[in-house]
Amino acid sequence: MKEETVIKVAGLTKAFGDFTAVNKISFHVRKGEIFGFLGANGAGKTTAMKMLIGISAPSSGSANVAGFDVYTQTENIKKSIGYMSQKFALYDDLTVKENIRFFGGIYGLSKDRISQKSNLLIEELGLEKVANSLVGSLPLGWKQKIAFSVSLLHDPKIVFLDEPTGGVDPITRRQFWEMIYKAANNGTTIFVTTHYMDEAEYCDRVSIMVDGTIEALDTPKNLKSHFGSDSMNDVFLKLARS
Amino acid sequence: MRVILYIINKEFRQIFRNKGMLPIIFILPLLQLVILSNAATYEINNISFGYVDNDHTYTSRALIDKFRASTFFDVAHVFPHQKEGNLAMLQGKVDVVLTIPEHFERDLWKDKNIDLGVTINAIDGAAAGVENVYITQIIKTFNKNLAVDMVHMSNNTVQPVIIEGIPLFWYNKTLNYKTFMVPGILVLLVTMITLFLSGMNIVREKEIGTLEQINVTPIKKHHFIIGKLFPFWVIGMGLLTIGLVLAKLIFATPILGSLALMYFYTSIYILVILGMGLFISNFTDTQQQAMFIAWFFVVIFILMSGLFTPIESMPKWAQVLTEFNPIKYFVEIMRMVMLKGSGFQDILPQLIKTSFYALVMNALAVWSYKKVS
Repeated sequence: MKEETVIKVAGLTKAFGDFTAVNKISFHVRKGEIFGFLGANGAGKTTAMKMLIGISAPSSGSANVAGFDVYTQTENIKKSIGYMSQKFALYDDLTVKENIRFFGGIYGLSKDRISQKSNLLIEELGLEKVANSLVGSLPLGWKQKIAFSVSLLHDPKIVFLDEPTGGVDPITRRQFWEMIYKAANNGTTIFVTTHYMDEAEYCDRVSIMVDGTIEALDTPKNLKSHFGSDSMNDVFLKLARS
Repeated sequence: MRVILYIINKEFRQIFRNKGMLPIIFILPLLQLVILSNAATYEINNISFGYVDNDHTYTSRALIDKFRASTFFDVAHVFPHQKEGNLAMLQGKVDVVLTIPEHFERDLWKDKNIDLGVTINAIDGAAAGVENVYITQIIKTFNKNLAVDMVHMSNNTVQPVIIEGIPLFWYNKTLNYKTFMVPGILVLLVTMITLFLSGMNIVREKEIGTLEQINVTPIKKHHFIIGKLFPFWVIGMGLLTIGLVLAKLIFATPILGSLALMYFYTSIYILVILGMGLFISNFTDTQQQAMFIAWFFVVIFILMSGLFTPIESMPKWAQVLTEFNPIKYFVEIMRMVMLKGSGFQDILPQLIKTSFYALVMNALAVWSYKKVS
């Protein structure tokens, strides 16, 4: 079986004046893969991701996401991807159901499809009791899980997660990763940035960004043997310090 | 199209769920209408009046009695000399001091010209002007009556001919200031609320991070903007309705012209304001910034709208600037249609300018809203 590539990036660069936030990065992501996008704060992860999801125009280089070009076909990209940002991005003053309906609506889902998806999602997350509560009143961990499910509403080919588990307790983080695995098993490609090195171990492949460039890209296992470390934490520290 | 409905639905839910904003949207403007319409008046009453009578005769007292009889003046002070009068003026106790010279009565009977001293506190120039007119009128009437008396006393059989102009005040017969102010204040409340709400709305989503989430969806720019602004358009029209009802009930403001015409014009006018709000929203990062900029424009627009001060008396360059002031057109239209009963043909120039303005403003707003940075 030939593996399909869903993200192709070559020499992608973003400069803000004199400062080059992302410097000629290149990589491929395969369909159904969980791709970890690691890096210290300010290494350029979020900037790179914003170019891939079509809300920031690259300075140079090329990138193709789900078969569409990031310069000219951003609106097509947006139809094929889901996104969940580190800043929690559901409406606090809408209920869980209303949020689902709104996002389903603007992705162009039919009314029946929205209510069907909505029921399924509420059942899967066990949210029956709070389905009509304002999202703002729910604990952070729940919000993150709902936000992730909402980003999957329109069955995107790729989901971009920008530090999805920031500030969440270990149990919730584990549940969150179970959800990620489930989505990946259904064929959804997962592109995730994180600070937690134990989470890096869950990824199929991991890239590590330092000062705007990708310093390492491989499976967690290969990376550990290459750097002679027994954990991703060590790998990260060795790369980030050098 | 369906997408727009989802956005409108969401916006309305958010607006009506916001317990802090809702009263501001509906109650504040109405308080404004009631309070401002009563308070913003150029009628000058209760002028604190003092006099120095150096003559102490029947005639001088008769003149002062005329002032006492006037509802405009509050004759509160008698000064023995000019010096005390000046001091009281300095201390802010009186606004007008009338000085009657010695031998006032005697000189009058001798047909001499007499100079009455009138001192007016003119810190507020406009008020001083009005006070001057009131004083001159009283003295003129007094003078005329005196002339008639003198003719009688001299047993002359020839009646003096007195020519008097009788003014007719059109469109506001009783010179009621509220009739003049209410349509203008209505303009204010429709404008301010819609501008502030639309200006702060999108920038608010920027602040809480949801705008980024919207920008990664395939939503079309114009769908999003129409969906966002439509609820405020509805609120603007709602405010006009509530305002008109109150104007009729509380102030009995005449509404001579066609209501349909008023609504038609307002529906276009609100588009200008919403476009402006969105434009501000696109260029700001926080609600605070948006608020400051919106205030800046609102204050300038209001002061240069002809609402409180006539545009005709502004310097030429300022009159040119008012051409770019949407509030000016709205104030003109409301006064024309409500008080003069103007029809479609009469308001056509303003209507065309406003429509053009709406087009430009919304084009700018849509253009400046960027999904890709």
